Amino acid sequence: MLSTSYLMLLLPLAGFLVLVAVGRRVGDPVAGWIGTVAIAGAFVVACITLAGVLHQPADHRVFLQTYFTWFHVGGLTVPVGIQVDQLSITMCMFITGVSMLIHLYSIGYMKSDRDYPKFFIYLNLFVFSMLLLVLANNLLLTFVGWEGVGVCSYWLVSYWFHKDAAASAGKKAFIYNRIGDVGFLAAIFLIFEKTGTLQYVGGPGGGVFGQAHHLSGGTATAVVLLLFLAATGKSAQIPLFNWLPDAMEGPTPVSALIHAATMVTAGVYLLCRMNHVLFLSSNGTEVIAAVGGITAFVAATIACAQQDIKKVLAFSTVSQIGYMILAVGSGAYIAAIFLMVCHAFYKGLLFLSAGSVIHGLDDEQNLKRMGALRKTMKYTTLMFTIGWLTIAGVPPLSGFWSKGDVLENVYAHYKVLWFLGLLTAVLTAYYMTRLQTLAFGGEPRWDKIGPHGEPALHTPHEPTWLMRLPLVILAFFSIIAGIFDLPWVHHYTFANWLAPVFSGTLYNDHLHSTAVWVLSLTDVAAALIGIIIAYGLWRGANVDQPALEPEFLQRVWYWDDFYDAVIGRPSQKLAAFLAWVVDARVIDGAVNGAAQLVKATGTATRKLQTGYVRNYALGIALGMAALIIFLLSRVWS
Amino acid sequence: MSLAGGWYLGLAAVLFSIGAVGLLVRRNVLIMFMCIELMLNAANLTFVTFARMLGDIGGQVLVFFVLVVAAAEVVVGLGIVVAIYRRRSTTVADDLNALKG
Amino acid sequence: MDQSMVLLAATRASLPDVLVFAASAAVILVGALGVVTSRNPVHAALSLVMTLFGVAVLFIEQEADFLAAVQIIVYAGAIVVLFLFVIMFLGVDRRDDIEVEPLVGQRPLAFIMIGLTLAGVITMMATAHWVTGAHQVVGPIEGHITANPTSPYGEPAQLGRQLFTTYLFAFEATAALLVIAVVGAVVLARRPPMPHDAPSDQSPPELPS
Repeated sequence: MLSTSYLMLLLPLAGFLVLVAVGRRVGDPVAGWIGTVAIAGAFVVACITLAGVLHQPADHRVFLQTYFTWFHVGGLTVPVGIQVDQLSITMCMFITGVSMLIHLYSIGYMKSDRDYPKFFIYLNLFVFSMLLLVLANNLLLTFVGWEGVGVCSYWLVSYWFHKDAAASAGKKAFIYNRIGDVGFLAAIFLIFEKTGTLQYVGGPGGGVFGQAHHLSGGTATAVVLLLFLAATGKSAQIPLFNWLPDAMEGPTPVSALIHAATMVTAGVYLLCRMNHVLFLSSNGTEVIAAVGGITAFVAATIACAQQDIKKVLAFSTVSQIGYMILAVGSGAYIAAIFLMVCHAFYKGLLFLSAGSVIHGLDDEQNLKRMGALRKTMKYTTLMFTIGWLTIAGVPPLSGFWSKGDVLENVYAHYKVLWFLGLLTAVLTAYYMTRLQTLAFGGEPRWDKIGPHGEPALHTPHEPTWLMRLPLVILAFFSIIAGIFDLPWVHHYTFANWLAPVFSGTLYNDHLHSTAVWVLSLTDVAAALIGIIIAYGLWRGANVDQPALEPEFLQRVWYWDDFYDAVIGRPSQKLAAFLAWVVDARVIDGAVNGAAQLVKATGTATRKLQTGYVRNYALGIALGMAALIIFLLSRVWS
Repeated sequence: MSLAGGWYLGLAAVLFSIGAVGLLVRRNVLIMFMCIELMLNAANLTFVTFARMLGDIGGQVLVFFVLVVAAAEVVVGLGIVVAIYRRRSTTVADDLNALKG
Repeated sequence: MDQSMVLLAATRASLPDVLVFAASAAVILVGALGVVTSRNPVHAALSLVMTLFGVAVLFIEQEADFLAAVQIIVYAGAIVVLFLFVIMFLGVDRRDDIEVEPLVGQRPLAFIMIGLTLAGVITMMATAHWVTGAHQVVGPIEGHITANPTSPYGEPAQLGRQLFTTYLFAFEATAALLVIAVVGAVVLARRPPMPHDAPSDQSPPELPS
């Protein structure tokens, strides 16, 4: 069963190639079905592979398969192959599952779009790259998948490229990702220099992890921080997070898939995969935890003041990933991955429901223009409510268990960061309730003239079954996913399943069960406080409350403006200087000057051609005299 | 019995320089040609002198050839002068500067 | 310097030889200067003849009798006649102005360069070895200068032998050159065909009856 695991990579790639060849001809909706079937096939293969892995005994669950050698240069051999173990198959399961549902959703959402097949081409390529990223058995192949998802994200964010905002957002996303990639590459170089290999567990000396002891303290910290830089770029943490809200310019399924469920979790995956290296550097993991916690808090504050429904969800994503990074920094890898899986379900659900709302309101995304959607879009309201309650952390939905897991582990490690996390939980509940109330509660505002004079909207309508089916599946999993890791269950849990991957590096919090109960109650209290406050503030008819939405938060703590002033504008000035002064005057001057010099020399030398034979004869005489004198000098010396 | 070769060689050198100066200074094409003949004669004299000094008949053979070639050269050269004169009615070398760069 | 003295002393030069040489040298130089300084091209041609005669005498002096004869017949008798022919034909026997030199610096530079060359050559001759060492490459002139004065040398027979064996290729090439020169001269000097020289189909003029 494990030998067919290569099909997980091959089927999305095949879907991509088929769509490239015939997509434009088959059009809407056959192209969408081709893409969906390809991913569904990959999901089926993932299930089969999972069964195969479960079939093996608990300590023999790492399956390596190399297909060919990519290249062999000097001392470096890079194979192309996969590593199927508990971590990668878990990632594959939810990636293919959620992707399949979102593909299905997109068939309906992207209907009558001008470039319908192109969307599915990019989506299939994206899934292929993401699966390559998680399945690769060496760092360089992971990097190939890393770059692949970055490029597909760029293409999909600027899908409606004729819109200036979308094109700029795509560029911004790609450039921020690129800055992180420098960190990844530098880490690869360092690792190769110290261990001589790039494979995780295969290859000479047991791969990178087998030789992790070669990485001394300083080098390990450097590697960890460089990998973390890459993770901040891909997973939108401070300081490289402000591309994610702009990336909401892409179609909603893209936001759901790439910027909630999969690509942004790639950074967390990388850090989890490299846990043996993280273990060697306590300084590095402290930095990781601190940055994660701070990002979670900052993003939550910003989400409280956003007016676009997708931007609220975007900052919410940044905040939730902050939790995951915080968990990774505290050594609680399993908690981070558990949160990642649950987050994929409920954030996917939230985004797709938001997409349903946007679709129903003819592309209106401003919360201030919605209201009382519960009356006309009952199904969507129900789905969104499930998502809302899950993310707020209300038991017994999965969000409570996963977030609780993270906070419990963080409490045992860093009290300050735990408190920050708790505050963030309150804020999470607050802004999600605000969103829910503004969109679905209160009285309708969409049938009135907008604040900037936009005309009234038509009555919102529910979407087709193609868009409703994925919602209900995701809602189901959001509700029940908690059972994978309940604290009082000790057999067949998620933690037991993943533990061999993190052997020796997992942090055991050793908390007393009373402490666990108290922490859980605190989480519930935090959720309820947030919900009650938000409901009280926002359920009224007055939705314009500038005191609750300060400019500072709306402008993302002026982060974009800061980068613009410190990096953007000076760089433009430097570029202008180089273009107009250095290039035009110095370099062109030198090149043109050389040409001018040749021309001047030619003009001067031309004067020798007088046209008079006697002058030429004089030249011969001159030569003759010179020759004689030369010979004389030789004779005399 | 003749003098030492050096005298003849010196005379030939002087004859050659007179011919060279004449070539450079005169403007009439025909006189320039005659100066060339002077230079060729100087060369011939040198060759014959060396033939005598080295006891080698090859020098005289070479003079023979130089004579023939000089004759051919004069024939063709004067033909050119005639053709040019027909066109331009001039035998002044300075008037023929169409190849000025 | 001492070498020239040695060689002078080595040759047993007699008074007639010196006189002949001096007279010939004078003739040659006067003729050369005449060519260079004459205003009238005809005078220049006649001065050239003078020079050629002087050179012929020196050829005889150096036992190159055949060459002397050829020099007179070909050079003085054919080439200079050709020159005169062209001069008369073109009608350029008028006076030529040599006072003004239109080209800047031509005259001074010419004198300097040629002067340098002459000085250099003379100095070289005076200080270097006279004889380069390539002695009797192709066959001796029968009899040596200082040896038997009665044996024939510079004979046409000897010249001819070398011409038709060792230098045969050059001889044939020169023959071809002559043919080419003749053809070339004919072509160059041809008059371009005039329009009214073309054969017409008009009837010949009527004969007076």
